Amino acid sequence: MTPSVDGVVREACHSVGHDPTRLMDVARAVQARLGGVPATAIDAIHDQLHVSRGQVRSLVSFYAFLDEQPGARHVIRVCDDVVDRLAGYDRVARAFSDELGIPLGGTTADGTFSLQRTACIGMSDQAPAALVGDVVVTDLSAERARQVVAELRAHGDPQRLVKRLGDGNNAHPLVRAMVRNNIRQAGPIVMSEQKRGEAVRKAAALSPVEVIRAVKTARLRGRGGAGFPTGIKWEMARAAPGARKFVLCNADEGEPGTFKDRVLLTEWPDRVFAGMTIAGYAIGAREGVLYLRAEYAYLRAFLEDVLARRRSDGLLGRDVPRRGFEFDIRIQMGAGAYVCGEESALIESCEGRRGDPRNRPPFPAQRGYLGCPTVVNNVETLCCVTRILESGSAAFSELGSRQSAGTKLLSISGDVSRPGVYEVPFGTPIQDVLALCGGRDATALQVGGPSGRMVGPADFERTICYDDVATGGALVVFDSSRNPLQIAHAYMEFFEDESCGYCTPCRVGNVLLRRGLEKVLAGRGEPADLEQFEQIAKTMKASSRCGLGQTSFNPVLTSLQSFRYQYETLVKEAPGGRRRGFDLDDATAEATRLRAAEGVRS
Amino acid sequence: MSKPRVATTSLCGCFGCHMSLLDIDERILQLAEIVEFDKSPINDHKDFTQRCTVGLIEGGCANAENVHVLRRFREMCDVLVSVGDCATTGGIPALRNLVPLEECLQEAYLKGPSVHNPSARIPDDPEIPLLLDKVYPAHEVVKIDYHLPGCPPSADTLWEALNALLSGKPLALPYALLKYD
Amino acid sequence: MSEPCIIFDGREIPFVPGQTILQAAEDAGAWIPRLCHKPGLEPYGSCRVCVVRANGRTVSSCTFPASLGMVVECDTPDLLAMRKLIVEMLFVEGNHFCMSCEKSGHCELQALGYRLGITAPQLEYQFPRRQVDASHPDVLIDHNRCILCTRCVRTSRDLDGKDVFAVVGRGPHRRIAASAGTRLRDSGADVSDRAVDACPVGALLRKRVGFSVPVGLRPYDAVPIGSQEVAR
Repeated sequence: MTPSVDGVVREACHSVGHDPTRLMDVARAVQARLGGVPATAIDAIHDQLHVSRGQVRSLVSFYAFLDEQPGARHVIRVCDDVVDRLAGYDRVARAFSDELGIPLGGTTADGTFSLQRTACIGMSDQAPAALVGDVVVTDLSAERARQVVAELRAHGDPQRLVKRLGDGNNAHPLVRAMVRNNIRQAGPIVMSEQKRGEAVRKAAALSPVEVIRAVKTARLRGRGGAGFPTGIKWEMARAAPGARKFVLCNADEGEPGTFKDRVLLTEWPDRVFAGMTIAGYAIGAREGVLYLRAEYAYLRAFLEDVLARRRSDGLLGRDVPRRGFEFDIRIQMGAGAYVCGEESALIESCEGRRGDPRNRPPFPAQRGYLGCPTVVNNVETLCCVTRILESGSAAFSELGSRQSAGTKLLSISGDVSRPGVYEVPFGTPIQDVLALCGGRDATALQVGGPSGRMVGPADFERTICYDDVATGGALVVFDSSRNPLQIAHAYMEFFEDESCGYCTPCRVGNVLLRRGLEKVLAGRGEPADLEQFEQIAKTMKASSRCGLGQTSFNPVLTSLQSFRYQYETLVKEAPGGRRRGFDLDDATAEATRLRAAEGVRS
Repeated sequence: MSKPRVATTSLCGCFGCHMSLLDIDERILQLAEIVEFDKSPINDHKDFTQRCTVGLIEGGCANAENVHVLRRFREMCDVLVSVGDCATTGGIPALRNLVPLEECLQEAYLKGPSVHNPSARIPDDPEIPLLLDKVYPAHEVVKIDYHLPGCPPSADTLWEALNALLSGKPLALPYALLKYD
Repeated sequence: MSEPCIIFDGREIPFVPGQTILQAAEDAGAWIPRLCHKPGLEPYGSCRVCVVRANGRTVSSCTFPASLGMVVECDTPDLLAMRKLIVEMLFVEGNHFCMSCEKSGHCELQALGYRLGITAPQLEYQFPRRQVDASHPDVLIDHNRCILCTRCVRTSRDLDGKDVFAVVGRGPHRRIAASAGTRLRDSGADVSDRAVDACPVGALLRKRVGFSVPVGLRPYDAVPIGSQEVAR
């Protein structure tokens, strides 16, 4: 029986207490039930929540996992990240496409299946991967793709595609995923054994100011990549006036090639939630929100359960960890948008809007979620916080380098024999990391994902830390058979798709760079094109509104720095003052074809 | 000392820019004194007689012939100037860039409401230059040294620009002479 | 006591606390190029044409507050080059066709092209395929010319108190749409809406009033954009 649109919307709005800032949850719920958020549903949401139709439509059109047009019963999203492409994405996508008889982006005539491509889903260590609804399917091959379709046709239950459960909590009854952790090197800090409840209790024995001091003494800096000192961030939020404050945990791990937060959320969720609780205690917040990317929806029930247990164990809720302090956490689901990893876009999303980043100032610490002082911390940063409280600032900061205390989790994938998560002290040389993961033939490395930089062998002696090669944790390794320009091109396609489009330099610049690279790759580039790339990059860096546009040119700019000779073999001056970008045969090909066709007809 | 030579052409344009050049009125006598016109519709010379100092390009490139002429101009002229919006942006002919080429031809020769075409064929004589996939501004086909936008650029704009170029001065148009319409 | 000041291109200029750099500069007779900014609307910061360097950081002057002793650079060669490139991006991103646009001579994008001395964008023209919505009897939207400044969206929402327009899609597919998901005709838009006059370019137009001002007498024919604002 088809559920009535009105009933579905009513129920969804009721479940969030008719709070208009919870529009994301409402839209997600409607999408889940109706396969889309059609105009009738938008009208109903408008009536129920008193938000404008424009806001609903704007939100629905923004997120990749939401759609106005009702879609198919099974949505298969094949991950087309660079790593998946190295691992056979093309064959897998073609197999899905052939088996279903639809192209990418298509829906079968009976409305049972739709096939889409999607950006990195955080499974680069077990690529090629895909999502079937919320179910993650890893290590795909063309044959496996055909089986997936056959099985879904036979039983219609995506969960039954999971044959062998992954290790650790991936096998937990509330997870039941085939995902493997691939923890290759656990270190003494983040991926160490946890003593549940200890950090929160220790924090509660200190004053909030002392907690902040401990974090500052440990010299903890944000692990998302930018490296802002966590203690200072907290101090600002603590000092900001406001009775209501928030701690947001950024679990929107979307940087292509990153998956370490997936592992932390699977195996160390208590450490993450403890970190949020401690942050709340330190800044004077009673509420926390974990923003979980839609691709990790398979972890949601499990994480809710962990939260429930923390409540029943007195680690969340009233008077925890001591009288007068209360703290609770809710999970906010994302809906497929890389830019929501940007903290102000994440806040917008939490408030029920499209993920357009905000103008700054005001900064979140002054005016963030719901207009209140807010800290947004990375999953790994919060784990570090917990660990600092568990075993002290000194134990934390004795590892790593002067400016970069502690350890860093690296998500390593690509052309390596041992892809997975590695915890290494800051200051570790890149070449040591390569030796660890078996990247013997490494020729190019994407450090920090596409928004980071592409480096070549000349940089392998450099070290992973904030003052040398900074990274949010992604390390994608490419061997000598790969073409850095093609990698850069794939990453530019990603940024073009994921830019929110708000500001000119990012909205247009990514497209221009992607097209420019295509021209160079086709052997139609001139030296002046490379100068233009640099000029566009410089403008994007300085004038874009948020971190996305301020870094998204990096695939081009850094590959140009590290592999300039590869560009230079492709670009030339054309003779006779001609532009190499124009090719007469290409430009007349269509007319030639039409004339030939016309000739046949007559 | 021989006079500097000027060549002009209209590619995919409407000759409006050439008309604007004629619009310099009596100054055309002055112009005739200081320059010699080589290949140009003004004197109807069909091809270059020798290398030229300045080439003025009206119109963008819509077909293969436009491309050949433009390339020839680039080879034969020291300084090449895009004159008018069609040369600098593709202009009005580039409106067809928003429609697939096949649809354009069908509309023009087969399906358009005012079409009378008993042959029911799209003209395909080999003598007719092949259309390009889209209309290109001149600088996307060859290197262009200066751009004079306008539809057309005013006579004063053209006069100012020619004077500057022929006297070797930098070309900087005053505000009132830089217009896109 | 003297008023608080910022240093703007080497000149000390006063500001009222809470003012943005752009407002303070304008009050002091320095007009910073801009497109998405419109007095009376909440600053938006999307076009990025108004970028300046404030204490060494590049910021949009329409959103960034002036503060005591702040050193602002505006007319430097590199900022000028950036501004020019951003305006060129807007030109090649859409289909502007100035020569046949009825907003020509009144268009702020075109006027900025003049002011910045752009003779022809050197970026490749994209020639996107976009829609025109002429369904409304008195108003039309030509998406070919839209620069996504959202002045119409903000004016409709904040000054007209209506919900006519919304921003939909993302990245290069971002566009303005009728909130109701319909054609403009059924969107509640009215020719008397202030939103109709909010558009800096020829994207949102009143019908049947184009080309009424003769060439030569239009706002930007003789003097650059910004001249009048500063002369006031």
